Amino acid sequence: MSNTELEIVVDDPTAPEENSPAVVSTGVVDVVVSLLLLALALVLGWDNWRTGASWDSTGPQPGYFPFYLSVILGAASLYGMGAAFVSRREVAETFVTRAQLRRVMAVFVPTFLFCLATQYLGLYVASFLLIAGFMRLVGKIALWKSLLTAFVFTAAMFVTFDVAFDVIMPKGPLEAALGR
Amino acid sequence: MEAFGLLLHGFAVLLTWKTLLLMMVGLVLGIFVGVLPGLGGPNGVAILLPLTFTMDPTSAIVMLSCIYWGALFGGAITSILFNIPGEAWSVATTFDGYPMAQQGRAAEALTAAFTSSFIGSLVAVLLITFLAPMISSFALKFGPPEFFAVYLLTFCSFVGLGREAKHKTVISMSLGLLLAGVGMDTVSGQLRMTFGSAELLRGVNFLVAVIGLFGISEILLTMEERLALRGHAAGISLRVVLSVWKDLPKYWVTLLRSSVIGCWLGITPGGAIAASFMGYNLAKRFAKDPESFGKGRIEGVFAPETAAHASGTSALLPMLALGIPGSGTAAILLGGLMVWGLNPGPLLFVEHKDFVWGLIASMYLGNVVGLVLVLTTVPIFASILRVPFAAVAPMIVVSCAIGAYAIQNAMFDIWLMLGFGVVGYVFKKIGIPLAPFTLALVLGSRAEDAFRLSMIGSGGDMKVFWSNGLVGTITTLAIVLLFWPVIDRTFAGVARLAKA
Repeated sequence: MSNTELEIVVDDPTAPEENSPAVVSTGVVDVVVSLLLLALALVLGWDNWRTGASWDSTGPQPGYFPFYLSVILGAASLYGMGAAFVSRREVAETFVTRAQLRRVMAVFVPTFLFCLATQYLGLYVASFLLIAGFMRLVGKIALWKSLLTAFVFTAAMFVTFDVAFDVIMPKGPLEAALGR
Repeated sequence: MEAFGLLLHGFAVLLTWKTLLLMMVGLVLGIFVGVLPGLGGPNGVAILLPLTFTMDPTSAIVMLSCIYWGALFGGAITSILFNIPGEAWSVATTFDGYPMAQQGRAAEALTAAFTSSFIGSLVAVLLITFLAPMISSFALKFGPPEFFAVYLLTFCSFVGLGREAKHKTVISMSLGLLLAGVGMDTVSGQLRMTFGSAELLRGVNFLVAVIGLFGISEILLTMEERLALRGHAAGISLRVVLSVWKDLPKYWVTLLRSSVIGCWLGITPGGAIAASFMGYNLAKRFAKDPESFGKGRIEGVFAPETAAHASGTSALLPMLALGIPGSGTAAILLGGLMVWGLNPGPLLFVEHKDFVWGLIASMYLGNVVGLVLVLTTVPIFASILRVPFAAVAPMIVVSCAIGAYAIQNAMFDIWLMLGFGVVGYVFKKIGIPLAPFTLALVLGSRAEDAFRLSMIGSGGDMKVFWSNGLVGTITTLAIVLLFWPVIDRTFAGVARLAKA
């Protein structure tokens, strides 16, 4: 049964075009991330200082460990920022091109909406909407295939988690109407 | 010999229909996860962990470790047939595996990969069987200072020996340690870094972070790159399997060398990737005709696969014996142990004998069953890649969300997962390594507790970390490793001066 001649080719219709312009360079992202980490280090450091970051008779206070970790994090981010400025190579490197960003957003935005929908409609309804919508709108797959796949997958998840393994997921109005 | 008796007892614990069934389910799920693009060992185990919450710990760990075996086997399928490494440590497998598939020898390459994975894991499991009880009984003498020294050694070796820019490793690690401290302080009961938020009281859950960092971010990255798969279909016939096996003894040196490299690098943290490359490179260096590597040589598949699996498996040794995971997946299994109320470390071998030996026995069984299963079902799993990514991506997102929610039944965790997904995406793109973060997040509070308990014990005297030969050696070694790049450079400089 070994038929190695046959080739499986899967081409993605939504693949990005070549030569797309860069949106932002790696150097800029590096500096922004370092700034954010520095800000985080300052906030956490301040909070731990407030909790108590000194040494008392029983040893370190609760804030001691995290306070000094914040200091280390802050110092490493400052160093990272400096390194990003100095390194010319990284500054010029492309972080993401416009076509790439579009594709990342094509999966990030639906995921975000899915999380939102889970909160209000319950996980299973949200999951059905995500799979069907994503397959139809992003993947350009036939509507009936999208709906069927979404339904089968969601139902399988429901049976596996809620019924077989007793792991209860967030529910919404639909499940309430069905009495689950 | 005691280990042998206990191991037999472990097999007795395992040999029930229910456990065997769970094993099969775990293996199939694992292979599935290993084959799918955008998922792999660590995410697969993390996402499927909630399935095991309602099981008893032994069944749960058996299923999880089988998912892990399955994922390891599955990674080889995509590397060989599609030239897509499912995991970083399968990269070296593609060098010769894919050319073999192009030459119409896919079945041979797959058999070689599965067989060498089996051999590598087997050697590592044997090592665990005999070494883990010894190490753990030795570690029973450890007090808090010794444990802190071992944690310190783990962290320092990541910084000193990692290949990434040092400050990026430090950022990743300190961030993980900080997030591990969020919530209630275990020693004093005081709240830390919660900023009055009720959601943050629980702290940042390790598994939620892992699902976001690896699962969601991987989807974003896969989407970003152009995904066009071009590969070969393959079925494996018994004839090919037997002919590969018949030639195995010829390659015993390669297999043995890779197993030893793998075991060694697996026990020291961060090993599987390095192990697979080292195994490949050494096989190439010692070959009579090194230039034939990369053109479809079977040793080019044997060497990296054996090393990667020996390393992936032996990473469980420090996790079981000391409570220190040697790899990302071992860290997640450790997270699982804690969910079931088991405390990984030396006491595990004393207090939960059934569990530990059941797990070790399941490594043997899972490996054998996995080998048979994967050899017979390759065509089915290879065809999974024909499913369009637009259908797979949302399903992975849903599975991630289910996994993240189920850990603590908290909607907040789904949002946290999404946040970590974005963080993971950006970090991977600017070269901040995620492994130190994962390790720090899972070990952070234990390391801090060990430090504070040592301080309470010694009345705040730091000299306790050099109070006896053992703890002093480990602490000193940790500091040497931390500054290893500097020391290395100094030595090189001195040597150059001496020459001049």
